[in-house]
Amino acid sequence: MAGSGTAHLRGEDALLRVEELVVEYPTKGGVVQAVSDVSFDVLPGETLGIVGESGCGKSTTGRAVLRLDRMTAGRITFAGERIEKAPEKRMRELRRSMQMIFQDPQASLNPRRSVKDLVVEGLAVAGVPKEERAKVSREVLTQVGLGSERFANLLPRQLSGGQAQRVAIGRALALRPRLLICDEPVSALDVSVQAQILNLIEELKASHDLTVVFIAHDLGVVRAVSDNVLVMYLGKVCEFGDSERVYSSPAHPYTRALLDSVPLTDPDRGFNGPALEGDLPSPLNPPTGCRFRTRCPLAEERCATEPPQIREVRPGQYVACHFPLVSGPSPDAAPATSAEPAPAAAESQPAAGTA
Amino acid sequence: MNAQPEPVLAVRNLRAYIGTPRGAVRAVDDVSLHVGRAQALGVVGESGSGKSVMARAIMGLLPPRSACSGEVLFKGRDLLTLPRKERQEIWGKQIAMVFQDPGRSLNPVVRIERQLTEGMRKHLGIGKSEAHGRAVDLLREVGVPDPERRLRNYPHELSGGMRQRVMIATALACEPDLLIADEPTTALDVTVQRQILDLLRRVQRDRGMAMMLISHDLAVVAGRTDRVAVMYAGRLAETGTTRAIFAAPRHRYTHALLDATPSLDHQRHAPMRVIPGSLPDPTSPPPGCRFAPRCAHTTDACVDPGPRMTSADGVAAGMDHLIACVNPVAAPAAADGAAPASVGAGASPNTGLAKGGDLVGR
Repeated sequence: MAGSGTAHLRGEDALLRVEELVVEYPTKGGVVQAVSDVSFDVLPGETLGIVGESGCGKSTTGRAVLRLDRMTAGRITFAGERIEKAPEKRMRELRRSMQMIFQDPQASLNPRRSVKDLVVEGLAVAGVPKEERAKVSREVLTQVGLGSERFANLLPRQLSGGQAQRVAIGRALALRPRLLICDEPVSALDVSVQAQILNLIEELKASHDLTVVFIAHDLGVVRAVSDNVLVMYLGKVCEFGDSERVYSSPAHPYTRALLDSVPLTDPDRGFNGPALEGDLPSPLNPPTGCRFRTRCPLAEERCATEPPQIREVRPGQYVACHFPLVSGPSPDAAPATSAEPAPAAAESQPAAGTA
Repeated sequence: MNAQPEPVLAVRNLRAYIGTPRGAVRAVDDVSLHVGRAQALGVVGESGSGKSVMARAIMGLLPPRSACSGEVLFKGRDLLTLPRKERQEIWGKQIAMVFQDPGRSLNPVVRIERQLTEGMRKHLGIGKSEAHGRAVDLLREVGVPDPERRLRNYPHELSGGMRQRVMIATALACEPDLLIADEPTTALDVTVQRQILDLLRRVQRDRGMAMMLISHDLAVVAGRTDRVAVMYAGRLAETGTTRAIFAAPRHRYTHALLDATPSLDHQRHAPMRVIPGSLPDPTSPPPGCRFAPRCAHTTDACVDPGPRMTSADGVAAGMDHLIACVNPVAAPAAADGAAPASVGAGASPNTGLAKGGDLVGR
């Protein structure tokens, strides 16, 4: 899966285009390439879901787009402007149009500021006068469902997790961004509150003409909000495509394994398919060729020597794999038989460790 | 495997209140449930439901300034009143626990071997070399490759999934009758979570051990347990066979929670079903049903007198599926027979209570 290439990019009208992004971190054990030659784009009004497990580089990618993390190489184009080398002053302006919300809303809010001040922090930085800020504050709080007077003077610690995430979303919206990057926005929330926040993001996306990058490890959550999904593993792209297509007939063995690992609310079928064996390899020393090959049930010799390039396997579905699960152009093709889920007996297989 | 002559664990009218500066948090408020021999019980609830505090009360791990009442009967002996020495013979040996964060529950400066064999040597009184042999076998059982080498490792040298396997091996070391797994996979990635869930179910079945699997996620519990208990704000909402509850949840909260759980076949951009509002204040919960303020089907009777734990299918159908809901979801039209009537036809609620042992007093 070690996917490189730009075959899946969709051209000039993308609001955000990321090409051949590389982000490296120095560590005691050597240099870790957290993001390794990743490309994607997001069209205006689209929601792109980025999924993958820890260490896949999805959050680093999101942060690199805003230049919160230093990128090692690559090109980032936002609304036609190349921003990877933009001076910090220009980036500060640009970040008003590119807002981000994080997993832990409590940690991202100043604990000493009241809710009504927090949501317009960005405007204060931009020098917007006080009366104007108060007006925007009221508007935005109403939009995120905290319109009631009693919230205005609360401090972050007096809020529940869901309410704090609403404040964080409001703070992003106050700057009237075009792009909203959500990094695991609901992972820390209870299921009953998760749905509220997901619905809010969907509503605001429509009312504010937002383009959204939605980063999450939960495939069910990503499914609900995404038009297209990008699946990542160990710093590389595995698969990109229309979310319904990718979920119903994944082409990459890793995508398939992720889907098969999601527990089902079905007492007779714990999972859709067999477990993936082994552990994530060390990012300090990633496998040669395809980075997924050490855990891939379909890996062959070629996978160890030749990193796969991203290519279109079906219209609108791109995969970086030498042996994708779907082949041929027919959109009606059934998923490859070798990976057909075994409906029963989903558990009870000895979860053997790494070979 | 399914009938329960005498449960391994029976919790009766358990209350655990935790003192805070703002008043006592009623973390567990009158909860009764049981785990049968060789049975897996799933305990599901969101944060604040009391599921973890209940597990800690069973294990004697409540924080200072907390009060506990009711009964925790382990093989018929009440852990809350047993002399300290006898309790310590049970905790760790006959009841073992696996926690959410394997990184924090292992000692970072002690090699795996010592952490794994400490309990065995203390509780089983075996020597060093025998303990070593057992440790190797245990690691093999839980799927740790190259166990001899792993025993010499420190925790930080293992991945999160491997550490959780080591924790499970440690818990299994003294051959417990009951394993309590509190959110064992919440800190893990989805493919590793999958491996650990498969592992837990396999060792539970292979060893004929009872297991309490605690999770905030209904789906985690669904495929891996025989029975389920759903908790909300310190109270038990619904309990029954996993199959019956997932086929037809009757409590309004269970139903709403299941609806709000994101699934892989959710239609794109379709609004998610939500549960409005948020949890009640745990220091002064609302009267009657604690879910009533968020429930779309609340009636006056939900607040006063409030729900009692009753059979979901009528007393004649047995006391296996219980709900504390005044205005429950209608039973499925076709009697699904998911809960075979094992209680005699003429059983009154009180005899059912004695047999099921699953009732909440009020």
